[in-house]
Amino acid sequence: MSIVGRHLLGLDGMGAEEIQFLLDSADSFREIAEREIKKVPTLRGKTVVSLFFESSTRTRTSFEIAAKRLSADFVSVNASASSVSKGESLLDTARNIAAMSPDALVVRHSRAGAPHFLARHVGCPVINAGDGAHEHPTQALLDLLTIRKEKGRIAGLKVAIVGDILHSRVTRSNLYALRTLGAEVRLVGPPTLVPRQLASWGDLHHNLEEGIRDADVVMMLRLQRERQGANFLPSLDEYSRYFCLTSAALDAAKPDAVVLHPGPINRGVEISSDVADSNRSAILDQVANGVAVRMATLYLLAGRVRDTEQRQTA
Amino acid sequence: MTQNLLIHGGRVIDPANDIDDQLDLLVRDGLVAELAPPSQIKHEGARIDASGCWVTPGLIDMHVHLREPGYEYKETVATGTLAAVAGGFTAVACMANTNPVNDSGAVTEYIIERARLANLARVHPIGAVSFGLEGRALAEIGEMREAGIVGISDDGMPIADGALMRRALEYAQLFDLPVIVHEEDPSLAANGVMHEGQTCLHLGLRGMPSAAEEAMVARDIAILEQTGGRLHIAHVSTVGSVRMLRDAKSRGLKVTAEVTPHHFMLTDQAVLDYDTNAKMKPPLRDATDVDHMIAALVDGTVDAIATDHAPHHRDEKEVEFDEAAFGIVGLETSLPLGLRLVRDAGLSPNALIRAMSVHPAEILNLNAGSLAVGKPADITVIDPEDRWTVDVNRLRSKSKNSPFGGWEMVGAARATIVGGGIKWPPQEAQ
Amino acid sequence: MSDESRVVVDAKGIERILARIAHEVVEHNRGISNVVLIGVRSRGVDFASRVAGKIAKIEDKHPPLGIIDITLYRDDLIRSTEHPPMVKGTEIDFPIDDRHVVLFDDVLYTGRTVRAALDALMDFGRPRSVQLAVLIDRGHRELPIRPDYVGKNIPTSPSESVRVQIRDHDECDEVAIVRARAVP
Repeated sequence: MSIVGRHLLGLDGMGAEEIQFLLDSADSFREIAEREIKKVPTLRGKTVVSLFFESSTRTRTSFEIAAKRLSADFVSVNASASSVSKGESLLDTARNIAAMSPDALVVRHSRAGAPHFLARHVGCPVINAGDGAHEHPTQALLDLLTIRKEKGRIAGLKVAIVGDILHSRVTRSNLYALRTLGAEVRLVGPPTLVPRQLASWGDLHHNLEEGIRDADVVMMLRLQRERQGANFLPSLDEYSRYFCLTSAALDAAKPDAVVLHPGPINRGVEISSDVADSNRSAILDQVANGVAVRMATLYLLAGRVRDTEQRQTA
Repeated sequence: MTQNLLIHGGRVIDPANDIDDQLDLLVRDGLVAELAPPSQIKHEGARIDASGCWVTPGLIDMHVHLREPGYEYKETVATGTLAAVAGGFTAVACMANTNPVNDSGAVTEYIIERARLANLARVHPIGAVSFGLEGRALAEIGEMREAGIVGISDDGMPIADGALMRRALEYAQLFDLPVIVHEEDPSLAANGVMHEGQTCLHLGLRGMPSAAEEAMVARDIAILEQTGGRLHIAHVSTVGSVRMLRDAKSRGLKVTAEVTPHHFMLTDQAVLDYDTNAKMKPPLRDATDVDHMIAALVDGTVDAIATDHAPHHRDEKEVEFDEAAFGIVGLETSLPLGLRLVRDAGLSPNALIRAMSVHPAEILNLNAGSLAVGKPADITVIDPEDRWTVDVNRLRSKSKNSPFGGWEMVGAARATIVGGGIKWPPQEAQ
Repeated sequence: MSDESRVVVDAKGIERILARIAHEVVEHNRGISNVVLIGVRSRGVDFASRVAGKIAKIEDKHPPLGIIDITLYRDDLIRSTEHPPMVKGTEIDFPIDDRHVVLFDDVLYTGRTVRAALDALMDFGRPRSVQLAVLIDRGHRELPIRPDYVGKNIPTSPSESVRVQIRDHDECDEVAIVRARAVP
């Protein structure tokens, strides 16, 4: 029986045992970053392809460092500059990539479900590095790893997620995993971004201080600037007046509350500099944990025998 | 040439004439010639053994897209009408969103000519409300009427402009044509790709709220109340639409409506795993909506079952969910899905035939939907017990975009007869 | 299948082996001033820790004790049909440059584990020397590797396996040979 599935498309439906296994594995990989020689030979001869249809330097770089520390070859396809912009369909892209026999494919796409589509058509494990407003599982795992390091546990914690919940893939992945592991989740933001239909996801709050009161963890989301244009909010200024996490607002949370943010941060919009740079912010720990989580993911998925080889040796 | 034909041993269900009995039916010269108790009709020549089957007025699908002219790679009049007769339909009404749009007599005539050449199901074109489906200027409805249209619709494109809707309802009265409306407020639908509900939030896809449909149903009923005329609401899908429909009917307004098999059979959960064959407009709704669609069919609030048969090429469906075309094929799965309601949901066989034949004929003013002596012999022989499994690759439609692939079906057309000629199953070349 | 096992070293025997190896390590390195012990996960860790305890009694000083996880260095990783094994991590919180490293493993067989452990070790520094201590040497080497300290040589056939139980990893101290036997 395998604990981890063939792909990592999302955390929805993943059991507590599997999430803990991923976190425990990631924990073991943290140590490698502290070595003089930050490289192990585990995935020597394996090829990891990253296919980013949306630019994201930090996520791609994090995967690249993770792959290289495991000695895999890392090939980065900037999809917006490739044949995709010449009108190639995702199906053709998938077939072309499959023909190159990679051992894992890391995908970022603006369309929800695109990694699922690729998983059906490429013969290798697919790791979702963010699909539209759907999921971003490695981000949530690194958030969980950071929380677990800071708090020693997940179960029973009060976690407030603040910002554009409606469009947030980070929220969805975190929400599924946090609830599976027994945390209490609150969703905080204006009703346009935290509409009442989300009530089944957690406690909804439209007031920042109420929402983060006595919270153990405050997870801030990046506010996408284009939300102004679609009337989800009148202006960034007005948003920050009510939902910017300042040190004064943070007083409502527990004294030892930890602040997370997936980055890149909009200083002065969703989070003030004094909070972002304070010792309560774990933002840089998140970045370090991101590499460990992605190493664990690549190790567990790309370290496996390919289907074709399996058939031959079976 | 059509020959005489005896359909014997079956149960004739002819709701328009209050008949539901074991009867033999004789077709002569393309017309219904005689109905009589079993074994009483003297006949030499072609026969269809309808034992165990229902003999009904030919089924009519009042909402299909045949794609010709312009999108022959998806479907043609010939392949679409072959799918129709295979599914038990003797007639279809085809929407105007072809290329060029059916907004002129010339295009109407072209479609009718293609149908004559295909010589399968009858094809009744529906003309555009507005030129080019642009939602601005009324198309030349009179000219299209003379060429043979049976209704007008901008289906596929909602009529956002309320004033245009008002003029269409007024002007169409000149020809007693129904105005068939695709109810969707474009700003509320906001480029959504599925029903806005829990599944949509979960999948991170953009949603179309029920309010996008209901706001337009409310508007059009209000306009109808002012203008008179005939309003037909295509593919209703929400509880709220049904409620308004029921209220409007109770107040005597001339409004009718249809529901698709997918809207009474599937919920938005079918989209899980991003199945693009579950992407259509209006979107699949939730379980409450589905229950109300079935109830509305049973109590008659919704008049007709229509498929919104919307063929799309594989390349338009094997893409990201957001990019996929809206719509599914339906002609070959509609009848067994309707029969499911007879088996499981208390819909009477009579009510099913009303919804699939009698009412569409009435709404579109067709000389059909009845087995009275002297009527055209458009007849469907239905085997309600025939068990089969849907294999999308064996659909006669040129396109295979069905969410029902692999479904176990019960019920199929044993024979489809148009104007006295057997169009299904395929006959030896003469 | 059912298993047939035969005890080859009992708890007393293990105590004697641990004491002997402790003495040998001290003697061979002329004290332990520059010696560190590193156990290979999992049972090599307990083996090293027990020997370290005995050395502490002889020398009045506990030698530094580390743990090495060789999972990421294995050469058979990509052959496993299931997903790769759990990585539990390496804990070496002292420098190993210019030290005499004694590597501890429970059973020496093909030598591939030791090869992986040597590779892993080199990523942490440049030891003065690396010595190998094993509880059981069962033969069948596939690589040119030989132990410096051996608890017991036990000739085995490849169809047999050696089952080591060692506290605190296990509940008792015992080495047994297990032969898989087909059920008639």
